[in-house]
Amino acid sequence: MPKRDHPERPSSLAVSRRGFLKGAGAVISSGIAAGAEVLEAAAPQAAQVHGPGKVPITLKINGASKSLSLEPRVTLLDALRNELELTGAKRVCDRSTCGACTVIVGGKSVYSCSVLAIEAQGKEITTVEGLMPAGKLHALQQAFIDNDGQQCGYCTPGFVMACKAFLDKNPNPTIEQVRKGLGGNLCRCGTYVGVTQAVLETARKMKGGRVNV
Amino acid sequence: MSKYDWPEKSRRTLLGKRIARLDGPDKVSGKAKYASDLKRPGQLYAKFLRCPYAHAKVVSIDVSAAEKLPGVKAVKICENKGPGSEIQWALDEVVGVVAVDEQTAEDALKKIVVKYEKLPHLVNERDLSKAGDRAKPAAEQKTGDPDKGFQEAEVVIEGEYGIPIITHCCLEPHGQIVEWENDQLTVHPSTQNVTGLIGQFAQPLQIPAANVKIRMDYIGGGFGSKFGADSWGLESAHLSKQAGGKPVKTFLERDAELFVAGVRPSHFARIKVGAKKDGTLVAWESQSWSTGGPGGGGMAPIPYVINIPNQRKKHSAIATNTGPQRAWRAPNHPQACWLTFAALDDLAAKVNIDSLEFYMKNLSLAGERADLYRRELLKAAELIEWKKKWHPRGDTTAGYLKRGLGLGFHTWGGRGHNSEARLTIDPDGSVNVFLGSQDLGTGTRTIIAMVAAETLGLPLGSVKVNLGRAPDYPPSNASGGSTTVGGVSASTRRAAVDALEQLFAKVAPTLGVEPSQLESTGGKIQVKGAAAKNLSWQQATVKLGVTPVSATGKNVSQSNNPADGKLIDSGVGGVQMADVTVDIETGVTKVNKFVAVQDCGLVIDEKLAESQVLGAMIMGVCFSLFEERVMDEVTGRPLNANMEFYKLAGIGDIGDLVVHMWKDDPEQDARGVIGLGEPPANSPAAAIGNAIANAIGVRVPQAPFTPRRVLAALEKKGGLTS
Repeated sequence: MPKRDHPERPSSLAVSRRGFLKGAGAVISSGIAAGAEVLEAAAPQAAQVHGPGKVPITLKINGASKSLSLEPRVTLLDALRNELELTGAKRVCDRSTCGACTVIVGGKSVYSCSVLAIEAQGKEITTVEGLMPAGKLHALQQAFIDNDGQQCGYCTPGFVMACKAFLDKNPNPTIEQVRKGLGGNLCRCGTYVGVTQAVLETARKMKGGRVNV
Repeated sequence: MSKYDWPEKSRRTLLGKRIARLDGPDKVSGKAKYASDLKRPGQLYAKFLRCPYAHAKVVSIDVSAAEKLPGVKAVKICENKGPGSEIQWALDEVVGVVAVDEQTAEDALKKIVVKYEKLPHLVNERDLSKAGDRAKPAAEQKTGDPDKGFQEAEVVIEGEYGIPIITHCCLEPHGQIVEWENDQLTVHPSTQNVTGLIGQFAQPLQIPAANVKIRMDYIGGGFGSKFGADSWGLESAHLSKQAGGKPVKTFLERDAELFVAGVRPSHFARIKVGAKKDGTLVAWESQSWSTGGPGGGGMAPIPYVINIPNQRKKHSAIATNTGPQRAWRAPNHPQACWLTFAALDDLAAKVNIDSLEFYMKNLSLAGERADLYRRELLKAAELIEWKKKWHPRGDTTAGYLKRGLGLGFHTWGGRGHNSEARLTIDPDGSVNVFLGSQDLGTGTRTIIAMVAAETLGLPLGSVKVNLGRAPDYPPSNASGGSTTVGGVSASTRRAAVDALEQLFAKVAPTLGVEPSQLESTGGKIQVKGAAAKNLSWQQATVKLGVTPVSATGKNVSQSNNPADGKLIDSGVGGVQMADVTVDIETGVTKVNKFVAVQDCGLVIDEKLAESQVLGAMIMGVCFSLFEERVMDEVTGRPLNANMEFYKLAGIGDIGDLVVHMWKDDPEQDARGVIGLGEPPANSPAAAIGNAIANAIGVRVPQAPFTPRRVLAALEKKGGLTS
């Protein structure tokens, strides 16, 4: 299988998450609010214990600030699905393989199953529900419909978000770039042909200046 | 002619068009709510403690610490899993826990102590000689005179071929939310069987069927594995009852989804085939074996499609300590197709005949569809440039990249199942169709709307399709075996024709003609041959006063009553050809191009039909190159119970796919609607596996054709250089 270009999965995140899951509490950096990069850079002397009980967590999701009370071990995905009823992102593999949980955090596509909610504080989080603020389908979503880039639809919201982040970075992709860049999302029904066409079609329309993506 | 017959081709406005699926907007926006997305008021969460051993006796269970954990609402030892019981496969559920949230339920599982006595297990069936008394031989099957056949044969090949167990790997795991209101049970499942699920819950729970309600809008993949209530569904109903009837949500973790929620049986066979020097097939002999878990596995229909005159077949079902099989897209056909076409392709190579020519020569053995196969083979050959690209086995060009072509062909039934549809026309002009059916992502919703709108002469958007409620909506059978499209299109057509007749009867006096003189087209009800005399749809439906029109249409699968119209049929053919490149240094196979030619009678929505074929081809690439369940012989546990190591193809792994829907004969359309989900899933391993053999000059005998297996086959041949 060709190497996949996975969405963001900073090595520290997976480790931290497993750590959280093993013990209820964990030592993390006070700079956690700024996200994973800070976690990697910060020295342990600034350490602070969160949990094991519920702690206040504030997330900026689709332009709105949401205050939650969650155990530190709760993933961003579970916070979205169970606490905020933003169920577009799906829990499928639950370990950074399939991309059904893809959301955009700080401009990058991430596997929300492998980011803790507490880590995602302070960053702009966009879920599939945030793609159409005025209630009108995004050009990419319309292209998914026109090219039948979905069957059962369970991988679709994650795929749409991965494609959105991909197009933001690669506004004029070749088919080879699509095949490499979107390898981090898996579909069981077999919709890859439609998804590929949807991405290329959206890029063509963007290029022609007909839509803003 | 029946009034229910499909309209003539020239008069169709929607049937046969390329229509985007109607639930596309809900799916791309995240608005589509699957059962796993729902949060019911006061919802609790269930988790199951699973047995770590493949075969074990339960000695004792202590749940006391779990019960005391704050937030835990119910703990229950699963049915027939108490002390003294025997567990037959790893990850089978033993104790269920319900708690206020998932984390608490997981914490509670860790506090349960189960003591097991390990028993001997068998988890791998690859080697028949090691199966011992786990192998149950079936009676030998004989056709013609195989001994004489082999005596007459001038060329004989022998080989051993296989395809392992794969799992359904539905992206939405199996599961449901169950809730009680007194003795009334409501289930929000992820199911292929909305209507049938009522009995699946009612009988084991010993409650009247009338007390069960099923509610489902969307399902995230089924592929044959989601027909039942499932043990965890019934356990959840008991747990919910213990927790005061509160909604209990249970969806399997990925490891359980992959290893206890259904598999496709493996199939292995030692095959001997005899032919004349010119390639004419004369004899077949096979010793096959397979498993689908504790019940073993039945013999696939080999030799597949090509009915060789003299046959001797032996088969053993091997009982293994692994999660049990379930129907998997075209049960036993993909296995049969691969085993047969691999052996026949080896024979064609031995007699040194172009395999396309070889099959053409033997097509009379393909029975009633021989001529269809012939024309489909020619079409596929044209699309993949067979004549230009085919070479005798083994690409002799220099370098480490070897290219080859391969093919397979297949069949399936796909007759429409029993289905009832209720169609209503309200005085405000709105049209609703109700069926206790489900849309698996195949496009069921869309084709129902197309059939209703076509029949009523309305735009597609005027029809609302209501699925997924039982018993509220009329019963439709489960969606399996490619039976849904025929069933629901026929029931909807009949309901719509009858409803329209009722409407005509109401408005005929206004237009001053007999009802039979009316037609509905372009959103108007008009007098045939005098279109100026018309009423708009809304003007017409207002005449209903306060009484809506309601008509129920039925499809009875096996009915042949001419008065019901010729709406459906059974039996298709299909051909697939693959063009692959194999890197003989790394063993990696890349699909360059993959062509499918497929018939399915009358095509209702060509866009969605193509999607079905593409999906099957992609699934086929998965099980040809990547997918395999791997068990650890020593511990009996699964080794790849996650999606990182249970491999599916990604977007970059599939090559260029070409689908040609076979509409080239007028009689295809006249046959009516035939199911399409299964057939194109049958040939991929044959096409890809044979293309690999054609490329590298040696057979890779077992799917999936992983780099390891490709390199091993090359090694056996005598090294990496061809």
